[in-house]
Amino acid sequence: MSVSKSAESNASRRERFARYRSTLRYGTYVIFHPFDGFWDLIHEHRGSLSAANTFLVLFLITYVLRLMLTNFQFITAPLQYINIYEQCGSFLFPFLTLCVSNWALSTLFDGKGRLKDIYMAMCYALLPYVLIQLPLILLSHLISFDEASYYTVLASVSVIWCLFLIFVGLMEVHDYGPGKTLIFLFATIFGALVILFLILVFFSLLSDALGFFVSLYREIVFRLN
Amino acid sequence: MIFQRMLLLSLCLVIAVMPIAVASDDGFASSYTYNYDYWGEIRESPDAYRVSDVIYSATLNLEETPMRNPQSLFVQGQNLYVVDTGNNRILEIAKQDDAYLLTRIIDRVEGAEPSTFSSPSDVFVDEEGTVYVADPGNTRVIKMDKDLNYLQSFVKPQDSTFDQSISFLPNKIAVDVSGRVFVLATNVNKGLIKYEADGTFTGYIGANQVSYNLWDYVWKTFFTTKEQRAQQASFVPTEYENIYMDKEGFIYATNTVFSEYDLLYDVAKPIRRLNSVGSDILIKNDRYPPIGDLSWVESSLDYGPSKLKDVTVLDNDIYIAFDRTRGRIFGYDPQGIMLWAFGNKGNSAGSFMGAVSIEHMGQDLYCLDENQCSITVFTPTDYGKLIYQASDEYLRGAYEQSADTWRQVLKLNANYNLAFIGIGRALMRQEQYKEAMDYFKMAHDRRNYGRAYRYYRKILVEENIGWIVAVVILLLVVPLILRKRHQMKEEVEEYERLKVGRK
Repeated sequence: MSVSKSAESNASRRERFARYRSTLRYGTYVIFHPFDGFWDLIHEHRGSLSAANTFLVLFLITYVLRLMLTNFQFITAPLQYINIYEQCGSFLFPFLTLCVSNWALSTLFDGKGRLKDIYMAMCYALLPYVLIQLPLILLSHLISFDEASYYTVLASVSVIWCLFLIFVGLMEVHDYGPGKTLIFLFATIFGALVILFLILVFFSLLSDALGFFVSLYREIVFRLN
Repeated sequence: MIFQRMLLLSLCLVIAVMPIAVASDDGFASSYTYNYDYWGEIRESPDAYRVSDVIYSATLNLEETPMRNPQSLFVQGQNLYVVDTGNNRILEIAKQDDAYLLTRIIDRVEGAEPSTFSSPSDVFVDEEGTVYVADPGNTRVIKMDKDLNYLQSFVKPQDSTFDQSISFLPNKIAVDVSGRVFVLATNVNKGLIKYEADGTFTGYIGANQVSYNLWDYVWKTFFTTKEQRAQQASFVPTEYENIYMDKEGFIYATNTVFSEYDLLYDVAKPIRRLNSVGSDILIKNDRYPPIGDLSWVESSLDYGPSKLKDVTVLDNDIYIAFDRTRGRIFGYDPQGIMLWAFGNKGNSAGSFMGAVSIEHMGQDLYCLDENQCSITVFTPTDYGKLIYQASDEYLRGAYEQSADTWRQVLKLNANYNLAFIGIGRALMRQEQYKEAMDYFKMAHDRRNYGRAYRYYRKILVEENIGWIVAVVILLLVVPLILRKRHQMKEEVEEYERLKVGRK
């Protein structure tokens, strides 16, 4: 009985792992065929959240490795001041805020995507950065300062490709037209600023409220003594 | 490894020597010398220059009529000329065996009308001893022979390009070898006024470019009324602060009117080297342009960018600027890399309250303070001399010697970027590219590192061409073979399956 159960769970684990692998491999399809790719990613369930998380982590690793290991001819990062967590946070926080803000706005204007779908599409769109920037780190040690144009061109291609994929991804996820997506991209940035403002207001009010109770407590203690 | 040990050793050496140097203060007033590192942070440095003398009115036996508001210095040979503006005279001081003697007071010109000066602002003396004096009170630049007999005067240009309603107020002058006179005049923003040797006006050179950005332009054109526009400052070029003619006849000019924002992006260009058509050809190969101080303490009294009042150029093309804001002196090499900075605001020797003019005699610096009415004489220390020696040796082509001298500099100051670059450049000339790369990397010199790396890569590729070709072939051939093998295997399996099926 127990043997068969463990065998069953083993089989399901293997199945899950196979699915994870296929969703990972699907990333390479998405970045070359974004219009079909993003549609099937969400609507045909060809993508998975775990693969999306993997891409995001890979992106962050690339982001940090690029700063640390690129030849100094091309990047002048003051290594002595760089904090890895700060670097990751400075990407993650705006990224997640933009996801939330896009979801919040698009649900109001008949966007089809759920928060999970938006997050998955955005994460899959980061893949070109990883695929280009990781070899670029190696390349930076093989070329000289005069050949910097190769480096800069490839680096800009990686960023532009990602931005294009995000655009197409959001378009397919919400089933919007290009114009509407563009408008919503700007609205999303604005929405993210609003979220930031609300967070600031929340924390400042919270600290005021806490301050009130602390002073109340002090006053009472003072009176009692 | 050896290099790291050397660095550590030299660091220890510096630390060990520092307290001793302070303890055995041999009568020199030590200024606080520093330099900026690659990240723009201040790094203390040994003194490159120290005060060796201060010339006051009393030194020159001028107790009865001491200097008043002196405005300019000039050096020709062993003579030092001080423009004593407040007393309408020019003092000629001769340097004789480290002593300074007043040899002549120039306060009148034989045969000129009027024969005296009225608040003279600058003087120029050529090699024959011909004296040129900028005399704004009499609206002229006057030229006299070495016995002070009137020769000619340069007056307001009778030309339509010169606004005839304003008076001609020459402020600073420079004269080239063929006697052409360049005048920096107050209220003239078209550049330097240029006269031929015979006194004819031939135009302006080096107009300061008008600086405004697109946003300013859009704002002024579309969003302001005519009345508002009239009240705002219009887009006019600013005047230069001072000029200096180097030995090749290029004019160095300084500029103190700009916004802080422009400094950062090298739009302001406080120091310029003007060629004959007036464009700036100053070389800037450092991360930071030559602008004096890169940062200043917030809310201090001397807040703000350096105001470079004057510049002087040594014979080896090293130029030195004098800052009014914090009384500092900045030296730059011909590549635009800062050699050192020192000086302070204050009243002690080596500090300045009213920096106005700087000159050099050989490697010695003469700095004029208009408030203290004193001339401070700086002589280079061993450290300062080593820096000059190393760059001279490199210019001469003695690369190995120059590397050795830079190594000595490095022993005195392990934070000296230019020494790393200097050693690297010498090593590169000796075709030791790998070592050169290490030194360039230490100095964050990307351009030179790239250059050395290209040579290094070329050698590496040439030596290992066999391996590289082998690897490339392997990378191309192996997948092909693997794929072929896979195909064949599949075909065999297919055949087997068919055979089984037929049975």
